[in-house]
Amino acid sequence: MSEATANEVVAHDGVTGLVDDWSADKQAYHVPWGKAMMWIFLVSDTFIFSCFLVGYLNVRVTTTEPWPPQSEIFALSFGGDPIPLILIAIMTFVLITSSGTMALAVNFGYRKDKMKTFWLICATAAFGATFVGMQAFEWTKLIVDEGVRPWGNPFGAPQFGSVFFMVTGFHGLHVSAGVIYLLWVAFRVKRGYYDEKGFEIVEIAGLYWHFVDLVWVFIFAFFYLL
Amino acid sequence: MASAEGQQHPLGIYYKIWILLFVLSAFSYAVDYFDVQGGMRWTLVIIFMFLKAGFIVAIFMHAVWERMALVLTILGPPVVLLLLIGFMAVEGQYTEETRFVYRGHDRDAVALGPSDIHGDEHGAEEAH
Repeated sequence: MSEATANEVVAHDGVTGLVDDWSADKQAYHVPWGKAMMWIFLVSDTFIFSCFLVGYLNVRVTTTEPWPPQSEIFALSFGGDPIPLILIAIMTFVLITSSGTMALAVNFGYRKDKMKTFWLICATAAFGATFVGMQAFEWTKLIVDEGVRPWGNPFGAPQFGSVFFMVTGFHGLHVSAGVIYLLWVAFRVKRGYYDEKGFEIVEIAGLYWHFVDLVWVFIFAFFYLL
Repeated sequence: MASAEGQQHPLGIYYKIWILLFVLSAFSYAVDYFDVQGGMRWTLVIIFMFLKAGFIVAIFMHAVWERMALVLTILGPPVVLLLLIGFMAVEGQYTEETRFVYRGHDRDAVALGPSDIHGDEHGAEEAH
């Protein structure tokens, strides 16, 4: 702590540190401001997705019509018998893969290895785009082949369609925005824009990306599996 | 302490968590694939879900290495959602019950699947 600046007079961890941070005169969070703001944005986004999922819970509990069998509806056949939920499983694996490449990108960013960071972020964005593409395929199949609409479907409770399009649509929008954001960060990393400023931006973009993956974990469980 | 140089950790932990997330996803998919139903399905799916969510937030989003002031800001507010979930579940069950009792909705209605609908080209005549 010999060269400590005003921001780094951070001595305690745990509860003592919590009290210190919150009773400090200048700032409570000892992270770059962009990271604190990204976290606060993500907390607010958590509430948006939670409202959707709680709304889903409520219509699913209240409707007296039977809920359509998701496992069968999202099955896909590769020539033989339909495999239940296979497309959703592949989408889940694609998103987890992208989360892994993003975590590595953050790590190489802090090591100032710009080319590895650039390519890892590009790989993340490519997996994200693949995910959106598969989602577009899934929507097309559901709308065109199965006749699912936001106001009704041939299987059971009409709320199935509205919840499906709203929740997966909002998530897909987040993934699409994330792909654009990541590419923007990737090219700035490559151009050397952050050489002076530091590579926290990669971690901040990573937080957003992991959050998108996190939301999918809940959608996968509550909408597709249960 | 990670604050000065950002969050820098050995690569190994990321690979381990990455593999773990794949395994946990495979487990939750297996729950559906092997058609586990009832209370067991809910228990398993929700356990795997929380494990995955926990590892993503803790390791990939670096929450375990952050200071408690930030961690509580992130994880504290969402706790109130449990109250909302509880209220909505109770309220929802009451609404459903009133619909059964006072609106005469069918308690034993059964959902159709794609095979019931697309299988029609061959089997619709004999069914009706």
